Amino acid sequence: MAAGRIPLVLLACGSFNPITNQHMRLFELARDHMHSTGNYQVVKGIVSPVSDGYGKQGLVSAEHRNAMAKLALQTSDWIKVDEWESDQPDWTETVITMRHHHGCILKQYQQSTGPSPQLKLLCGADFLEGFRVPGLWQPEDLEELAGAYGLVCVSRGGLQPERAAHESDTLWRHRRNVFLVREWVRNEASATEVRRALRRGLSAKYLLPDAVVDYIGRHALYTDASESKNQGTLLRPLAKQYPPGGTGGSLG
Amino acid sequence: MEVVLIACGSFNPITNMHLRMFELARDHLQDTEKYRVVRGIISPVGDGYRKKGLIEARHRVEMARLATKTSDWIEVDTWESLQPDWVETAKVVRHHYEELKAAQRDQGEDGTVSCGKKRRMEEEHPSTNEAQPPQLFLLCGADVLESFGVPNLWKPEDVEELAGHGVVCITRGGSDPEKFVHQSDVLWRHRRNIHLVREWVTNEVSATHVRRSLRRGRSVRYLLPDAVVTYVKEERLYSAQSEQKNADVVLAPLARYADAGPS
Repeated sequence: MAAGRIPLVLLACGSFNPITNQHMRLFELARDHMHSTGNYQVVKGIVSPVSDGYGKQGLVSAEHRNAMAKLALQTSDWIKVDEWESDQPDWTETVITMRHHHGCILKQYQQSTGPSPQLKLLCGADFLEGFRVPGLWQPEDLEELAGAYGLVCVSRGGLQPERAAHESDTLWRHRRNVFLVREWVRNEASATEVRRALRRGLSAKYLLPDAVVDYIGRHALYTDASESKNQGTLLRPLAKQYPPGGTGGSLG
Repeated sequence: MEVVLIACGSFNPITNMHLRMFELARDHLQDTEKYRVVRGIISPVGDGYRKKGLIEARHRVEMARLATKTSDWIEVDTWESLQPDWVETAKVVRHHYEELKAAQRDQGEDGTVSCGKKRRMEEEHPSTNEAQPPQLFLLCGADVLESFGVPNLWKPEDVEELAGHGVVCITRGGSDPEKFVHQSDVLWRHRRNIHLVREWVTNEVSATHVRRSLRRGRSVRYLLPDAVVTYVKEERLYSAQSEQKNADVVLAPLARYADAGPS
């Protein structure tokens, strides 16, 4: 490892429903970017699929989502799937997942000399938009995410992460921990689009690794029925905020 | 009606976007319930094309082969790339159409077994006319369709011939192929043979972008099939130097048609 560089682990949390080439591109783009700063050596990438408890519409079981991610990453020598988050009984706040992984990494690097390893959240620009959704993020969690860890955010379509970073006081305060990566070519083959194509019996080949396409075919995963799953259910982070019967903190 | 799709281009290198075009075209045509796509052909252009940054055909062909290993219907054809000089696309299509017709004839000459089979097939698929070879459609992006209007890039009679066979055009962000068809008399006359496929999911991953990334030491993983990424690395293709190839040379079609002058 280049002398003096900070070992860096990139963690991507998300539905991965299913994992796509676009997701894996995030890792490649982020790694290149962080290396080019001269300050970091990316040592590992972690894909952490969200647990079923998240309650998002159309979310197929974690068992499948983990299996597909594993297949997709067979040929990667630095990105791995981690099932800790999806194994938890309930949906887990992102910062809790980060605390867990940061703990693991510190243990791994306990014996080594040199700078202490860091963990940063890897995400697309759409993720930053989520900070503006009332109740989706606790202010103290956002503070911990940006302050204690940091983000590597890749632009997506027309969304410019600069704007979202600019509009959040927390992110702005920790702007030195927020790395914005420009993806110059638009590649909008998102998991949503992939599910849409599959529902309609259209091809998703070359949007996902072949092994994932095969897996989906064998298990007949994405259908009209699967897309209706969790319809009408409140997303778990929001449900936690506003338990039935109570009015939650900020409603007054 | 059976259809074979043929894509001509540099494939410098082949990308997931190229491969997606085939999948999108097939889905689109079969959705009309008029066509059954039976084969896809990738025909990399010969080195004689003299495009800037065009690396040797043998590499481009090999990458396309690696990329289509996992496809059960798309294959690479080297005829065009093996010709000593650049070959007009219309000639390439003509060549392949002749091959399809010949294959059809060979099938028909097999004797009584074949006759019985033909009759059974006609009963099972009454709409299939076994005497007809499959239609050959040129598969391309909207940028190619619009290039029909660039002076000295295409011969008018070639555009006529291609449109006569059929064209499947995948829209690419920023182009308006419908408008272009409308504005071209030749294309408009053959509008029923021109199938425009709307790509709702913007995908601007071009070979140009891939080459640029490689020159700059950036990862192109997941933009191309893994096998192609490995090949590019092992053969050390695509550098600042390779991008300068043909920099001082005129593109073959422009050279050929400009020389011809007014007839």
